[in-house]
Amino acid sequence: MSTSTFIAERHPSDPLFRADRLPHIWCPGCGIGPAMHAYAQAMVESEIPLARHVCVSGIGCTGRVPGYLNMDSYHTTHGRAIPFATAIAIVKPELEVTVYSGDGDLFAIGGNHFIHAARRNVDLNVICINNFNYGMTGGQVGPTTPMGARATTAPFGNYEQPFNLPYLAAATGAVFVARWTSLHLRQLKQAFLRAMKKRGFTFVEVLAPCPVGFGRPNDIGDAMEEMTLYRERCVVDASARLDSLDIDLRDKERPITLGNFVDIERPVFDPLAMMRPAGERENHAALAGKTQEG
Amino acid sequence: MTVARADAVLTGQHFFLGDHAFAEGALAAGCRFFGGYPITPSTEVAERLARRLPEVGGIFVQMEDELASMAAIVGASVAGARAMTATSGPGFSLMMENLGLAAMMEVPCVVVNVQRGGPSTGLPTLVGQADVMQARWGSHGDYEIVAYSPASPQECFDLTVKAFNTADQFRIPVLLMADEVVAHMTERVTIPPPEAIPHVERKRPGQGPGDNGFLPFKADDDLIPPMVHAGEGYRVHFTGLTHDERGYPVLTGPAHDRLVRRLVDKIRLKAWQIVEYEEYRVEDARVVVIAYGSTARSARRAVTLAREQGIPAGLLRPITLWPFPGERVRKLAERVSAFVVPELNLGQLSREVERFTSLPVLGVNHAGGAMMPPEPILDVIREARG
Ligand SMILES: Cc1ncc(C[n+]2csc(CCOP(=O)(O)OP(=O)(O)O)c2C)c(N)n1
Ligand code: SF4
Ligand SMILES: [Mg+2]
Repeated sequence: MSTSTFIAERHPSDPLFRADRLPHIWCPGCGIGPAMHAYAQAMVESEIPLARHVCVSGIGCTGRVPGYLNMDSYHTTHGRAIPFATAIAIVKPELEVTVYSGDGDLFAIGGNHFIHAARRNVDLNVICINNFNYGMTGGQVGPTTPMGARATTAPFGNYEQPFNLPYLAAATGAVFVARWTSLHLRQLKQAFLRAMKKRGFTFVEVLAPCPVGFGRPNDIGDAMEEMTLYRERCVVDASARLDSLDIDLRDKERPITLGNFVDIERPVFDPLAMMRPAGERENHAALAGKTQEG
Repeated sequence: MTVARADAVLTGQHFFLGDHAFAEGALAAGCRFFGGYPITPSTEVAERLARRLPEVGGIFVQMEDELASMAAIVGASVAGARAMTATSGPGFSLMMENLGLAAMMEVPCVVVNVQRGGPSTGLPTLVGQADVMQARWGSHGDYEIVAYSPASPQECFDLTVKAFNTADQFRIPVLLMADEVVAHMTERVTIPPPEAIPHVERKRPGQGPGDNGFLPFKADDDLIPPMVHAGEGYRVHFTGLTHDERGYPVLTGPAHDRLVRRLVDKIRLKAWQIVEYEEYRVEDARVVVIAYGSTARSARRAVTLAREQGIPAGLLRPITLWPFPGERVRKLAERVSAFVVPELNLGQLSREVERFTSLPVLGVNHAGGAMMPPEPILDVIREARG
């Protein structure tokens, strides 16, 4: 079934995007838009009715994504999308809840929530647009800014070691971990689909150009150049060692490794687990009407 | 759910700790989600709910901090659950940003703050009443808040039920501002049968999700929009940004004034309906003591002692700290000669009293650490009598 027919059958005059909110706020060449489109496509192809998808974000350019999607969407506070979404996911386990936010939101101010939701294996999808900086506030350094890169608050170059996000996600308990870029739209959509089909805490990092906040101060030029840089450096290797996935843009020989790195099963967070008969404990989401992952 | 094994409403007579009465009040009110982080002197609320909520098929989650706890109860509520958290000063401060989110998104929820001595870690195990103004103004921006102040375990139960009803009726966060003495005191608590527990339904849309032109943030005449929950098919957008009736961000001054004014007015215009207080011997009083929480218990004793000494004293006990019963103070000011305001802080509610009278307002203040005894209150009543 093609994606458009799926929508057409269910909502003849009801598009996936809030057309009445366009134009969007993003800059020309921003990587957020294409990644949002891949997410929308994945929702359609997930065959989970749109009414059961929920999107939650924090604050930032990426945080604006749910506002453009014609679905139940919650634009919360900076860093707090994950605990907000956690509660939705456990109060209504039949919903497919996705957190869509930026690198600063999820890993600086919200980092504590990320590691705990991953540890608990809350049934959430977390999508992080990693543009290596704080786009919304004008290009400050963040927890994923590569060493040496310049930012308005790192005028002499960043001297802090950034996070290796897939490694962090895997170490803290995510059952699905992937990294793609906003150029790899087909793979990105497939990763989102896999995340939606899976129960438990999934994480997809999307490397995305931010020509204004990151490209310009780092002499990368325009969005095309930033995309070319990612395209030339990218290597797909799903079996790469997680601790080798650091991104260092200074070293021209060093690849940016992409792929679906982790795909495992682990008991999903269920606050009522201990109240259920032993055989039922692992199964409650299936009882709640959710696809059980095979 | 199939897991319910116990009654949610423990009808009957009990001897309850104040903290346990909060927990039972929440269950009786239909609260089925608690997200919290341990902190003395509120921890017993969480501990009791950790046991009781799963027994009735509800959800208890010990979150990673109070930022998460507050975000989680707002999330649980948008998904349709009655939700609560409990904390004390340091955690209350951490909750402030998302308390504002609940106000802006109009998401009902209940926060218990068992006050201890502050600022900072202060007196972790000992009583204080110094979060009165933080309760009113703690988050950023303009908003109105409803805050109840229980003075006994029975009120911890009753006011928790009421707090959920007020939260749902007005689509607001509601605070239960207890203090350590009340929360750690054990007294008789009577729990009525389930059908006698007051229940106000959250206002829900009359229109189905398929209807065109549904505006999720369009208020009715009472300035309150009906609330849509996640997963019902309405495809709503909730944001902490200034928004219009569609819920869409509109970042202009006029839109902001329209929204914030409505959020404030939906409470301000109904303040007369929300305000609650109790009076003791004020009919012929010349000196009126205004006290709340555990301090009101000592103040009542001080009033009795003053009467024994022939001083016409009375007690006004605000049950809602916010909205404050200011009109009542204004009315009393027409015939009394002074107000005495004892509180376990260095002068917070007394400022509010001063806004409603030009009569002398005499504070009886201590920064906290022990319950205020009746004697210093009595001394100031005598002084006020002149
Ligand atoms: C508590 C709080 N602190 C700071 C801010 C200001 N702020 C808004 S967005 C943002 C950073 C966003 O960066 P990121 O999450 O990477 O999103 P991007 O804009 O890059 O997509 C900051 C610091 C805020 N809104 N709230
Ligand atoms: S500042 Fe960067 S992240 Fe934000 S919209 Fe512009 S390009 Fe995108
Ligand atoms: Mg960013």
